Amino acid sequence: MSNSSATAPKMEPDTLISFDGVSKWFDHFQALKDINLSVKQGERVVVCGPSGSGKSTMIRCVNQLENHQQGTIHVCGREVYGNMKQLEQVRREVGMVFQSFNLFPHMSILQNVTLAPIRNSKLSRAEANEIALHYLERVQIADQADKFPSQLSGGQQQRVAIARALAMKPRVMLFDEPTSALDPEMITEVLDVMTELASDGMTMMVVTHEMGFAREVADRVVFMDEGRIEENCTKDEFFTGGRGERAEAFLSKILQH
Amino acid sequence: MTQIHPEIPFLAKLLGVEGVRHPKDPASAQVARSLWQIAQAVILFAVIAWLIHAGAAAMEYRWQWYRVGPFFYRIIDGEFIPGPLIKGIIVTLQLAGVSSVLSILIGALTAIGRLSNSIAGRAIATTYLEIIRNTPLLVQLFMFYFVLAPIFGIDRFWAGVLCLAAFEGSFAAEIIRGGIQAVERGQYEAGDATGLSKFDKYRYVIIPQALPLILPPLTGLLISLIKHSAIVSVIAVAELTTEGLNLISDTYMAFEIWFIVAGMYLVLTTSLSVLVNILEVKMNRAR
Ligand SMILES: Nc1ncnc2c1ncn2[C@@H]1O[C@H](COP(=O)(O)OP(=O)(O)OP(=O)(O)O)[C@@H](O)[C@H]1O
Ligand SMILES: [Mg+2]
Repeated sequence: MSNSSATAPKMEPDTLISFDGVSKWFDHFQALKDINLSVKQGERVVVCGPSGSGKSTMIRCVNQLENHQQGTIHVCGREVYGNMKQLEQVRREVGMVFQSFNLFPHMSILQNVTLAPIRNSKLSRAEANEIALHYLERVQIADQADKFPSQLSGGQQQRVAIARALAMKPRVMLFDEPTSALDPEMITEVLDVMTELASDGMTMMVVTHEMGFAREVADRVVFMDEGRIEENCTKDEFFTGGRGERAEAFLSKILQH
Repeated sequence: MTQIHPEIPFLAKLLGVEGVRHPKDPASAQVARSLWQIAQAVILFAVIAWLIHAGAAAMEYRWQWYRVGPFFYRIIDGEFIPGPLIKGIIVTLQLAGVSSVLSILIGALTAIGRLSNSIAGRAIATTYLEIIRNTPLLVQLFMFYFVLAPIFGIDRFWAGVLCLAAFEGSFAAEIIRGGIQAVERGQYEAGDATGLSKFDKYRYVIIPQALPLILPPLTGLLISLIKHSAIVSVIAVAELTTEGLNLISDTYMAFEIWFIVAGMYLVLTTSLSVLVNILEVKMNRAR
């Protein structure tokens, strides 16, 4: 780890996430190799690449679901590493949506969404309910507030997971293949919610293979391979041939499907 | 079986295979199977009873069942006076009750220690588990009674309680740890990602999901603690087994008294098991 202080002096004021020379190992296997990346306020970055290339590992380093061994990561002006209290603060600025939803199965939809606001921001139940219903309405699922996760379809569950993340009023949203576990007919409802979120100006980092979504929403596309960022370019560069060989091969493969 | 005998629905209810109506219903077969198992049990018990009877006869053992009443209680001048067996089982219940509470505490603390990031916590928990698991319970009991009790000035009852709690606590610890670890990894991650403090994550996300996994084996453990508590008779805590031993040395009625003592443990543990099962069914229904 570097010994730089908790606030990043060099960072531009509107940069929300920055990776500086980040490497990560699982035992002897190096999953991330010297990652440099920054995401500015309001930017939408789509991350793609073949299976096992380190996309999940990279995005999970942002809120330290995985910890890195080399380099520094700053999120919203704070270095993320070690100190639990500081890490909790960072995590409250960062919403995350998982491939497998990870809703709390023993809680109602409403409770799922209100838990963090009540526990973290010490809101009253009434205040938290109000916020929760606001976000559940936004993802068009407020009418299911009293059900339990197992009673909802995958697409509905994922929208609840988005509402749960939004209820913390995060400055950044992370998505790790949010539609990969969904039946095809439910993918659009989730992508629509994400597109709307993007048009409201949310800063987003999205691991996905939905190239239609990338074309429509992304400002930048990051292509990863074998733990490295191989491409980091604007959407237009990426989709109009500015991409390298490996990205080319990858794209032609997934666009066939 | 085309039609069910009128008695069978009642039996089915008793055996917990209610709702048997259709002859092709596999539950009917289950009733038949259960009946057969009951028959097997009856035959087995009959054989054992005969063996005991024959054995006792060969030894010219003189059964004196008529004398056992006062061992339970006497009524003198309309006043209820508990006999040694009732006194004993009350002490057994106290012993088991107090050690249950302590063993859950010890188990929970040890599980937390094992799961914590603190090296000291893990080391203490692991050392405790290894010592308890790799030494005989009887030796532990002597250690508590002859070494620790005099040092800390505790009486034999508390020596017994602490020893049992330490022993059962090691099993409780593994049950609790197993339950906590069985909660899906995604749940921990969702708790972390929503910025919950470690305490809140466990309190609101992990423990509520681990409890349904922990409770059944834990209650089983606590019920068997009642049986294990018999071992403290070696340090003469006046619980059921000790009272039984004393009675035998006074009366020489070894057969009757051992049967009664065994029967009392049996009734106690099976009725607790039934109670727990009923509660579990109710809990599942409430969910
Ligand atoms: N907990 C772990 N322990 C060991 N190796 C891991 C672990 N998690 C991931 N890896 C390895 O790290 C590499 C990167 O994994 P990662 O999940 O980040 O890939 P990915 O790009 O998200 O792939 P996918 O598209 O399949 O989700 C893989 O080779 C994977 O096997
Ligand atoms: Mg992945």
